[in-house]
Amino acid sequence: MRLDSRQFDLAALTVLCAVLLHATHFPLWLSLAMIGLIAARWLQRRRRPDWGKPPALLRLPLTLALPVVVWLQYGNIFGLDPGSVFAVGMLVLKLGETENVRDARAVATFASFVLMAALLFEQDMLTTLYVGLGVIPLLLLLRALEPDGSDAAQPAARVLLRDSRGVLLNLLAAVPLAALVFLFLPRLTAPLWATQSVPQGKSGLGDSMSPGGMKDLFLDDQPAFRVSFVAPAPPPAAQRYWRAVVLWRYDGLTWARAGGGPLDPTRQELRAQGPEVIYEITQEPGRQRWLFALDLPVADAPGYARDEDFTLAAARPVDKPLRYTLRSAPRYTLTGLDSQQRQRALRLPDGFNPRAVALGREWAQQYGDPQRIVQAALDMIRADFHYTLSAPELGRNAMDDFLFETRAGFCEHFASAFAVLMRAAGVPTRVVIGYQGGYWNETGDYMVVRQSDAHAWNEVWFDDRGWVRVDPTAAVRPDRIELGSGANAAFNRWYGSEWLLALRNRWDIANRLWTQLVVQFDEISQRGLLRGVGIEKADWRDLGIAFALGMGLFAALGLWWAVRRERGDADVVDRAYARLCTRLGRLGFARAPSEGPADYLRRLLQQRPQARESLEPLFARYLQLRYAQSEIADAAARDFARAVRRADLAALHGT
Amino acid sequence: MSIAGTLNASWLRLQGWAERRLPALTRLRAKEALPIRLERRRIYVVPTGFGLVFAAMLLVMSVGALNYYNNPALLLTAVLGSVSVLSMLVAFRTLDGVCLERVQADACHAGEPLPLELGFAAGSRLRNGLRVKIGSVAAVFAALPGEPLRATLALPTERRGLLAVPRICVWTRWPYGLFRAWSWLNPPIEALVYPRPETEAVPLPQSGQETQRSVVQPQGEDFGALREYRARDPRRAIAWKASARHDRLLVREPESLIGEDYVLDFDALPALDLEARIARLTRWVLMAEERRAPYTLVLPGQRLGPDLGSAHRQRCLRALALF
Repeated sequence: MRLDSRQFDLAALTVLCAVLLHATHFPLWLSLAMIGLIAARWLQRRRRPDWGKPPALLRLPLTLALPVVVWLQYGNIFGLDPGSVFAVGMLVLKLGETENVRDARAVATFASFVLMAALLFEQDMLTTLYVGLGVIPLLLLLRALEPDGSDAAQPAARVLLRDSRGVLLNLLAAVPLAALVFLFLPRLTAPLWATQSVPQGKSGLGDSMSPGGMKDLFLDDQPAFRVSFVAPAPPPAAQRYWRAVVLWRYDGLTWARAGGGPLDPTRQELRAQGPEVIYEITQEPGRQRWLFALDLPVADAPGYARDEDFTLAAARPVDKPLRYTLRSAPRYTLTGLDSQQRQRALRLPDGFNPRAVALGREWAQQYGDPQRIVQAALDMIRADFHYTLSAPELGRNAMDDFLFETRAGFCEHFASAFAVLMRAAGVPTRVVIGYQGGYWNETGDYMVVRQSDAHAWNEVWFDDRGWVRVDPTAAVRPDRIELGSGANAAFNRWYGSEWLLALRNRWDIANRLWTQLVVQFDEISQRGLLRGVGIEKADWRDLGIAFALGMGLFAALGLWWAVRRERGDADVVDRAYARLCTRLGRLGFARAPSEGPADYLRRLLQQRPQARESLEPLFARYLQLRYAQSEIADAAARDFARAVRRADLAALHGT
Repeated sequence: MSIAGTLNASWLRLQGWAERRLPALTRLRAKEALPIRLERRRIYVVPTGFGLVFAAMLLVMSVGALNYYNNPALLLTAVLGSVSVLSMLVAFRTLDGVCLERVQADACHAGEPLPLELGFAAGSRLRNGLRVKIGSVAAVFAALPGEPLRATLALPTERRGLLAVPRICVWTRWPYGLFRAWSWLNPPIEALVYPRPETEAVPLPQSGQETQRSVVQPQGEDFGALREYRARDPRRAIAWKASARHDRLLVREPESLIGEDYVLDFDALPALDLEARIARLTRWVLMAEERRAPYTLVLPGQRLGPDLGSAHRQRCLRALALF
């Protein structure tokens, strides 16, 4: 059967939604091309419906072009990105030849797969919500494909409204059942086929630092991770340094990591001075392997060992939300810098930054003591530098230019210049990148650290204390450290408004709940499901029984709803009459089973003639409704019921 | 197309086999008296082909979601699956409680479509996409809450005589086409199919006695020639003025004519075979009615008339249909 315009419009809308959901990870031109194809086909169907589907001469080249386009764009037709382009492209092309009900059903079926594929790229709450919205036109399409049988041509808007209501009610009713299935469906302990890592989320911190590399991060307001503190209270703002990567090697332009072998606790002895902080981090998915820790973690996280830089990393990029608990000592002593490491921490590339190197050497001669050298550098920065995100361009000797010419930049520049000066002065120094700060969410009792909190600082080796954190950026811009990234951000000043801030907090809480309850739900959480009924660690049998019970409950509920009879208006009359008989029965005038209403009334009036006034009209009305009319009007039935309720039967009392 | 045709034919054959071999499935083949109420014991629900394809897609999606440990995708799949399962209940509810109260079949000539009106009581529920199918004739209806539903179908007819209305299938795929709910109704309804009139208009046979043409005045008063309107009276027969006077619809009885009196004799047509004779006689009855000339139908063993009017015509056509 050929599709009418309403059905085709809904099919086009379904496909459009699917394309839009994938547009975030498609190249722009591809999304535009697909939307263009949909629009062209829609216009053709609207203006020239008699043309039917486009000729094969037009469809075949497009179909053949699809794999070519994918190949040109990705150099591969397998994998997640090319695969999604392939699937969405095929859906769009299917719309091109969709003319009858069968085609439209194929579109709907395949569109549901494409909607699901969108969730392979992003799993956050908003994306899931959008995908949920995409289900609505899909169900509307399926509904429109079934002839509804109403003969009068109704306005399209009203039909759409009616169908939307039906679909939304359907979705709403489906939620509890879907939740049950979601909770109890057994999860795989090992994947059936190898899944390749899915690059998710933002790029986040890199594993090296080159000038201007962090600038994009400062503009990115997405959460990087969230922290809840087990004990004690969250540390003061000045101590919220979340270490990710330690950089040793400098080639004049870029700071990069050195080997990073495993930690040898016998050589590097970490001693906590004072209380430790215990905290749990929930990390958002990203493309990097780094985990985040306050300095310095005194123990490994389960499954993730510390390396010799006291940083932690996963074996693969953290492409799913990750949760781990750490213990850190804010005050500590550390021993064990071997000569090789000392050399690495002092090395500078030859032939770069001569003026900076000269200044460092001069300080070494002038002060000798590393403490005083550090102080001299911080004094210099504090006196004469200023902090800006739009740092001027630097030349080949970047640090010379920065230290002696432009004197303006942000954390990258300060950390890099400070390290160059210290190394030149003979003080072992390295660069650390990570996040600094964190916003304490009062309502949710946790701290959120955003990408825009990305930061770079230094660690300096003192023989009596070990690696000590020095943040040269704090010297020029103390509020950057006290207030967090908000201080340097003119672009997000609108958060200053109180209620917007509150709104942002709530939104963050919702996202966090989503991540914890839905995205991270796994076999282990499943085993804890029955804690409410006293089963601490449910095995599969318990879960199966609970699942069966739940399904049985829903099945019973659904069947009751389906089989239940609606009460017609005739029943209203009968029930009212039955009520009247019951009331009379309580007064001692029960109706004999064989008595019809007329006989009953006659007997009542014989026994209590004084009740004629109240009883006669009631019975007359019942007889009229019940026997004189083939169809009972709603109003009359309700009226009778009301009259029975209000009937004054006082005359039947007494003698 | 041919593949679909073959498949359809084999499906019908399979159904026929099932009816012969599996009486349990077809226990509703016996005729039953009206009214027939659809309820859970006689409503069947089975997924459609599309429903199976959609279920397969949901299966693929759930395996993918489980494999990728992708909970939002699993949630999406679960929601779609639940919506599908609920649509099964909606399909059931569309049929549940529908009551076939009456079936009215009007007579027609063989070869013409037989108008069959099914009167349903549909309760206080809005039912969309309610479909009725008799043999190869199908139609879609919607029942509005509290209103009786009249479904009219045109059955094809081929032979004269009594036509037993075949089983009626009431079914639906509402709302999403994933499930098909159906029920068979088998009311004892027979419709009369008049013979097919001969296409050629052979002139009426000359009557025996030649009488003068005169119109007999309607008996009695003006009022006597009128009668109360009955359903299916032709609209042009309504006497509007008289109706306005009496405040109810009145119909003028056809004037009775005395004049040419035709005798339509079965045995007078020896040259033709049985069906051809019946066809010609049928044609003559219609022609005589058109001319408003009284006529007598003579069939072996019965003689009808002379008379004129719709009642006489019906009697004659009935006799011819059942002969």
